[in-house]
Amino acid sequence: MQVYVCVKHVPDTAANIVVVGENEFNESVKSVVNPYDEYAIEEAVQTVKQTGGEVVIITIGKEEAIATVRSALALGADRAIFVKTEAQFLDSSLTSKILKKAIEQDGSPDLIFMGKQSVDSEGMQTHYRLAAAFDMPVATEIIEFKLGEGKAVVVREIDGGIKEVSEITTPCVIGTTKGLNEPRYPKLPDILKAKKKEVKNIDIAEFGEDLNSGKNELVSLELIPDRGAAKIIEGSAQEMAKQLVTILKQDERIL
Amino acid sequence: MSKIGVLIEMSENAVKDANFGIITAARAQGSNEVFAFTINGEAVDCKDAVEKYGVEKVVDLSADGADLKASPDAFAQAIADAINHFEIESLLGISSTVGRDLMARTAIIQDASLVLDCIEVDLSAATVIKSHFSGKTFAKIKLNGQFKIYGIRPNVIEAQSDACQAEIVAFQSSVTDSGKLKVVELKKSESDIVDLTEANIIVTGGRPLESEDNFGILKACSDLLGGAVGASRAAVDAGYAPHHIQVGQTGKTVSPKLYIGCGISGSVQHFAGMKTSKIIVAINTDKDAPILGKCDYGLIGDLFEVVPALTAELKESQA
Repeated sequence: MQVYVCVKHVPDTAANIVVVGENEFNESVKSVVNPYDEYAIEEAVQTVKQTGGEVVIITIGKEEAIATVRSALALGADRAIFVKTEAQFLDSSLTSKILKKAIEQDGSPDLIFMGKQSVDSEGMQTHYRLAAAFDMPVATEIIEFKLGEGKAVVVREIDGGIKEVSEITTPCVIGTTKGLNEPRYPKLPDILKAKKKEVKNIDIAEFGEDLNSGKNELVSLELIPDRGAAKIIEGSAQEMAKQLVTILKQDERIL
Repeated sequence: MSKIGVLIEMSENAVKDANFGIITAARAQGSNEVFAFTINGEAVDCKDAVEKYGVEKVVDLSADGADLKASPDAFAQAIADAINHFEIESLLGISSTVGRDLMARTAIIQDASLVLDCIEVDLSAATVIKSHFSGKTFAKIKLNGQFKIYGIRPNVIEAQSDACQAEIVAFQSSVTDSGKLKVVELKKSESDIVDLTEANIIVTGGRPLESEDNFGILKACSDLLGGAVGASRAAVDAGYAPHHIQVGQTGKTVSPKLYIGCGISGSVQHFAGMKTSKIIVAINTDKDAPILGKCDYGLIGDLFEVVPALTAELKESQA
């Protein structure tokens, strides 16, 4: 099977974000493989182990994103395509167009995996747009994936803890999330091997997309200050409980 | 006057509370005509509730060629057909698991701009505020597409009464099921079904709860508050609580009026899921727990003593 995994290079969720200018952020923070994409890579690698074939990583990003490309390769993928851009953000409509072209110029996808969302721009929709570009069906927030003949059985959890089981024809696009599998920890030999795996570099300009033609525009970024230190309530458990109920009733008018 | 569509989510034949704030946003203080989209005859159950908030038309969507509940793509196509038929300009919906999926599929068909998990919307300017970087920043996004779809975080917009008379209008779509994606089974959870995003008050337990049974202590309290119980990732990973009540980045994103975190340290990832709560209270033995630097009230004590004391106090004050 020819399996592609779309992987994004993102700031670590624990990193301190500093806003620069109107709508940019300081990139010199610890950056990692988008956590939801880890489940995508793992599922792709496990699938290809069963079926034979290869797992190809596609990443769109700045020069520094090569670290994520190598991390993805260390997690078991075979080779990678790295599309270089200078933009900090590309909306999902542009991202999906570029991903489609990058995959198309490489091979014919049987399966495409990617995380259900990125932890930076949190758009939650690139996989739908990519699937539409390929005229494939898409299912996301998938926590179980079983490949069959010409189709897969997938499960997602909908509200209230109900598990919804669906059948999707292949080829298809799958959005992955926590619970689907346990992403492996790359060991030193995997990391060393990854350095030798093929990475094809493509400049985003080669795809001829107008990078100003997105559907969404990031107008501004603003740091949200945390609430600030709590009003501390001390005393015996009974005293604190009484004080809290009074506050919630009288001051906050919640009860 | 613009025509704005709202996707209505039902639960046990009743309109979910989270819809009402979305309707208020769509109504925009009377400037817009709101069309509520429902399927499978739900329009009748829905009308009385939604007309209280300013819905003038309840669209009863159906399709002969597809089971809309079992085929998300057919459902989205039916919505798109109705949007075009009624000349709807924008679509709003709850940014829930089901809502996000349906809105994304509809966005594809309409070639629309889509933003999910919005915290604020300005329909006339076509701009929204949403989180970027797990709640660390607010991003202002402009929707440039011809058609715009807004998925709104539950409970961030306060519902406002705006009573009117709603009319049910039937619309049948000619969509046929492509057969590429279909729901084959719904498996209910063994534990109680709780929809955290419907709760106005949430009492959450962290790892210090130490067992599934101990979560009962939180339930006793949340029951009196008329709320629900949530859990941190650590508690869920340790097996003390089911995943569907997990609050945080890899769980649910909630915005209740009152959030009480018991034994919750307050990691960035947890806060990403509850940062927009109105009031945050922490019950923690550790005076230096990160949560105490970013919440409204902190009770320094053992949750195993404080929560029962709170339950007792609530019982007494309600007596």
